[in-house]
Amino acid sequence: MSIALQITDLSKTFPVGKKLFGGATGGVKAVHPMTLSVQTGETLGIVGESGCGKSTLARMLVGLLPATTGTIEIEGSALDNADPAEFGKRIQYVFQDPISSLNPRKTIRQIMDAPLKLLHGMDRKAREKRILEIFDSVNLRADFLDRYPHEFSGGQAQRIGIARALAAQARILILDEPVSALDVSVQAQVLNLLADLKREFGLTYLFISHDLAVVEAVSDRIAVLYFGSVVEEGRAEEIFAHPRHPYTKLLAESAPVVGRALSDPEDGHAELPNPLDPPPGCAFAMRCPYATDKCRDAAPELEQIGDDQRVACFHPLPAGPL
Amino acid sequence: MGSYILKRLLLAVPVIFGITVIVFLIMAMIPGDPATAILGSYATPENVARLNRDLGLDQPLVARYFIWLGNMLHGDFGQSFSLNRPVIDEVLERFNNTLILAGTSFVLCTVFGILAGVVSAARQYGFADKAITFVVLLGISIPSFFLGMMMILIFAVDLQWLPVSGMYAIYGGGDLPDLLHHLTMPALALAVVATGVVARLSRSAMLEVLRQDFIRTARAKGVKEGRVIWGHALRAAMVSIIPVLGIQAGFVLSGAVYIEIVFQWPGIGRMLVDAILQRDILLVQGGVVFVAACYVIFNIIVDVAQSLLDPRIKT
Amino acid sequence: MSAFFKLLARNRLALGGLIVMGLVVALALITPLLPLVDPDATNTANRFLPPFSDGALLGTDALGRDLLSRLLWGTRLSLAVGFAAALFAAVAGAAVGIIAGFYGGRTDNIIMRAVDMLMAFPYILLALAIVAALGPGLVNALIAVSVVNIPFFARNIRGITVGLANKEFVDAAKLAGMSNARIITSEILPNVVPVIVIAMSTTIGWMILETAGLSFLGLGSQPPQADLGSMLGEARSALITNPHTSVIPGIMILIIVMSINLLGDGVRDALDPRLKSGALSRPMAATRVDRKHTPAPEARTEGILSLENLRTEFHVKDRIYKAVSGVSLSVKPGECLGVIGESGSGKSVTALSIMGLVASPPGVITGGAARLEGRDMIGARYGDLRTLRGRRVAYIFQDPLATLHPLYKVGDQLVEAISSHRAISKSEGRAKAIELLKSVRIPNAEERVDSYPHEMSGGMRQRVGIAMALANDPDVIIADEPTTALDVTVQAQILSLLDDLRRERGLAIVFITHDFGVVAQLCDRVAVMYAGRIVEEGPTMEILRAPAHPYTARLIACVPELGAGKRKLEAIPGLPPSVDALPAGCAFADRCLKAQPSCKEGEILLEGTGSRAVRCLYPELSLSKETA
Repeated sequence: MSIALQITDLSKTFPVGKKLFGGATGGVKAVHPMTLSVQTGETLGIVGESGCGKSTLARMLVGLLPATTGTIEIEGSALDNADPAEFGKRIQYVFQDPISSLNPRKTIRQIMDAPLKLLHGMDRKAREKRILEIFDSVNLRADFLDRYPHEFSGGQAQRIGIARALAAQARILILDEPVSALDVSVQAQVLNLLADLKREFGLTYLFISHDLAVVEAVSDRIAVLYFGSVVEEGRAEEIFAHPRHPYTKLLAESAPVVGRALSDPEDGHAELPNPLDPPPGCAFAMRCPYATDKCRDAAPELEQIGDDQRVACFHPLPAGPL
Repeated sequence: MGSYILKRLLLAVPVIFGITVIVFLIMAMIPGDPATAILGSYATPENVARLNRDLGLDQPLVARYFIWLGNMLHGDFGQSFSLNRPVIDEVLERFNNTLILAGTSFVLCTVFGILAGVVSAARQYGFADKAITFVVLLGISIPSFFLGMMMILIFAVDLQWLPVSGMYAIYGGGDLPDLLHHLTMPALALAVVATGVVARLSRSAMLEVLRQDFIRTARAKGVKEGRVIWGHALRAAMVSIIPVLGIQAGFVLSGAVYIEIVFQWPGIGRMLVDAILQRDILLVQGGVVFVAACYVIFNIIVDVAQSLLDPRIKT
Repeated sequence: MSAFFKLLARNRLALGGLIVMGLVVALALITPLLPLVDPDATNTANRFLPPFSDGALLGTDALGRDLLSRLLWGTRLSLAVGFAAALFAAVAGAAVGIIAGFYGGRTDNIIMRAVDMLMAFPYILLALAIVAALGPGLVNALIAVSVVNIPFFARNIRGITVGLANKEFVDAAKLAGMSNARIITSEILPNVVPVIVIAMSTTIGWMILETAGLSFLGLGSQPPQADLGSMLGEARSALITNPHTSVIPGIMILIIVMSINLLGDGVRDALDPRLKSGALSRPMAATRVDRKHTPAPEARTEGILSLENLRTEFHVKDRIYKAVSGVSLSVKPGECLGVIGESGSGKSVTALSIMGLVASPPGVITGGAARLEGRDMIGARYGDLRTLRGRRVAYIFQDPLATLHPLYKVGDQLVEAISSHRAISKSEGRAKAIELLKSVRIPNAEERVDSYPHEMSGGMRQRVGIAMALANDPDVIIADEPTTALDVTVQAQILSLLDDLRRERGLAIVFITHDFGVVAQLCDRVAVMYAGRIVEEGPTMEILRAPAHPYTARLIACVPELGAGKRKLEAIPGLPPSVDALPAGCAFADRCLKAQPSCKEGEILLEGTGSRAVRCLYPELSLSKETA
């Protein structure tokens, strides 16, 4: 197995209090230096709640947002210039809101043409052929091509979004909440399509979602994000079944599951730390039942624990079932 | 709050500075020689050269600007050659008269505009809405100077209810009833267009707000409809109405120029038009800078009012 | 494009404006061909002829010039100048606005500061200064009017562009390899053009007025040439003696500007997509009720709240969307009833119909009853309905940021919920508000009572929403997806809070959701909705364990459950039918694997025994008496 995507110490700080001339007065760290790798043909799930930095991470990975520090390597070669077109051929992006990711004033054909023409310089005939091939593989009819985006349902629009990402012929797709705008019955259609495409074209996925069950169902490995950092990473079937980080455990226990009694695992009020004034230690310490003074003073590093699990915690939970 | 006002005032300094630059540059583009214009038939070359020296016009552009700016900072706006009196005296006197006219109109257009807009929105597609919409359309389509002239024909000439023009009666006037008597027509004529604009905007702002979820929440908890409209909805709509009131103040000031001419109101608009036609550059510069600066200050007041209304604006 | 003209034609006022405008423009175009006297030919012998004089249909002016000829030539000039000024200002303003809005950052900052600087002048001062510098004249007046209007266009277009530049389709275009220049021309511009057209059509009248104004002041067109403004200006001295010289050009300006404004409003309405969908209509205080049959007054005794055969439709243009078609439900004190369905199933509309909160227009309740302790609230007088809202039946809505008033303190909003139904003193109200905040476990309630909604987190805001619903100790709470917008850890807190409250207070809760996990944890009974109808109803655990309707069964199978690892998910192919074209028989038949021809005929009833019922001819599990 080779590494498809390797990010090293990637971080993003958004300046705040910017002046007309001169620098910013401060910064918000949306993503703390983060190191992750994705194997070729693998699906890495990224899960976290609002404000955890998952969308910022995704936008850096496709070059829509320049990183503050760190490097991105795709299939062994570095991508360091923040030119989305250069990124576009190697890594593509599927958006959360399928309708707003399609220009309302262009036909689907015009939308599909753009990556083929601009990234691969195909002529008209070649484009036509390629578009039909792609449409066939995402189960869309060819007569959709001359329609406008508002004529499609959310599920169909998301297939079009996926088709556009495929057209760039990138082998890595960043899927940023690709099904959270869809109803469950349609959600399953799209998730299954993604699974089929991956097999057919040998793709590598980075699947971002807030929905634990969806992430677990589609991923090989999962990284849990909290407040801009990976707090735990491990195999999909293990990480929620045997969480080692207290936050992962909290997430798993909070998810509404049929057959489990209603409970408020925190029995209180979870508030995220203030991003303008982050705590010096572990960001989760203020919510963590196991936190000690050590946790409040220093931030734990992500370290190997068990066979293939990594956790950033001074007091990881014991291995074993929940 | 205090620090917010201070911050806004500090931000106004570069704006006013910019205004003086723009005005000065535009005036510097005027072809020909002001001294020649001033001297008229006395414009012998020697006289022109001497006057240019007296006026500082023989200096380079930048130096002239800073001389003018420096003098203004000391309250010296120069001397109007056409009126032969200090610019600042004339401007203050005239601006005071314009304020009476435009201020009255501004209050009228704000009150009636918002009132009409809210009623119109609350009765969308009803009779009141259609009637108001039509009147508003008429109001924004009629040139204010034409409206003023027609008002003179009807109310002053035909019905003889109100005086044709002027600010005070020539004999025995000068008190408040006399002023109001003279003010009524010009103030109304000036207010009509602005009222129309405010009414249209208030209507659409209200319609926008009335579709918001928090209005449904208010209704769901049993708030009386009157309070939903005049409390919840209007309060939220004011957030988008208030900035437009700031712009409207500029429109009222602008419209005052026409009205002052039609009704012979001794305001600053008439003064400026006369000064332009007579090429009294210092008077034009001084008048424009003064009014623009006052307008900037007024807009700061609008911003402060906005921040008092909307807690989401960081103070 | 043809749809655009259709919409325009439907608006009679705009059509009138178009016709008048067309006539005026046509007249202006053919003016040189008409047998008119030279507009500038003076004839002092014939000065101030009244209208309808021989040889001068509209009379003559102070120099004896023919007013008709001057009017037509003046109109031509005024129109040309007005259009040119509008076009110039729109193009220049749009270019500036798009560049500032698209590039953002420092470019934007510098451009917009300059625009603000220009807007810091009352516009006429700037126009006067420009005319003063360039000298009086029509072309200079045109330039002045254009320049002072550029900032307005620039601001407007910049705002739109900023919105567009942050849209996902622009990101997608970048990833498709488009350069910035290409994105501006092919992605941004097509979406901005309608806005430019709207802005132009609504300001063109204004531009004509402004250029006329400058001419009126003697700063625009110079004698002998005359536009409408300078005709008025020249006539002013003879206003009292010969009013017709003023009235004629004045009326012409009025006609032109008014027809342009009517047309402009029509163009704006036709291009605004929100108007097409009727989304700009103001919702009335209560949903319109138009029941063909008033249901029998006797009520079922079970339950505190019961719906009987409720029907709610949306009437948009000539289409009728049957959002809710015959829903019957009831809920008992202390019971939590879940209503589950996908988007468009009518679950939220059902909930909002109960207290007449469906936006109307376009919503209409066309049948059925909603009874609170036997009393029908559909068609109740508004005054009666209002006193029940919030006092007996309270709502909790989905997005707590949008549903709380942004400009009122949360304490004041809580007090208002009480004071709408009974007089309460200020101090008592504050104490009660604090007590309510404490009851939903908000820490530092004494301080939080003075907070504004934007100062709170999503979870805290939803607690305030719940506190507001509890303010009058209602009997029924209708919760419309109250946790959908919240993070999963916060959702768990809110759900357990709701569960505790209903047990403590004996509340009846109707809980609208799309999430089976939530239903399973909170609700005693559940009703599954599809295409505006209940397809299955019964105790939650029984339905989850053994669903009877194929839709329920397949929907449950679609939902990934935590703990099962990576797997292939069940999907339901196809889409739900649109509720403006519902098929006969079962609405799910087209997607159902078990469908028979008989499923697509006639009315299928919701039938069952005991606590369960299903609307299916071939259920997964027979609920009839023979097999029970």
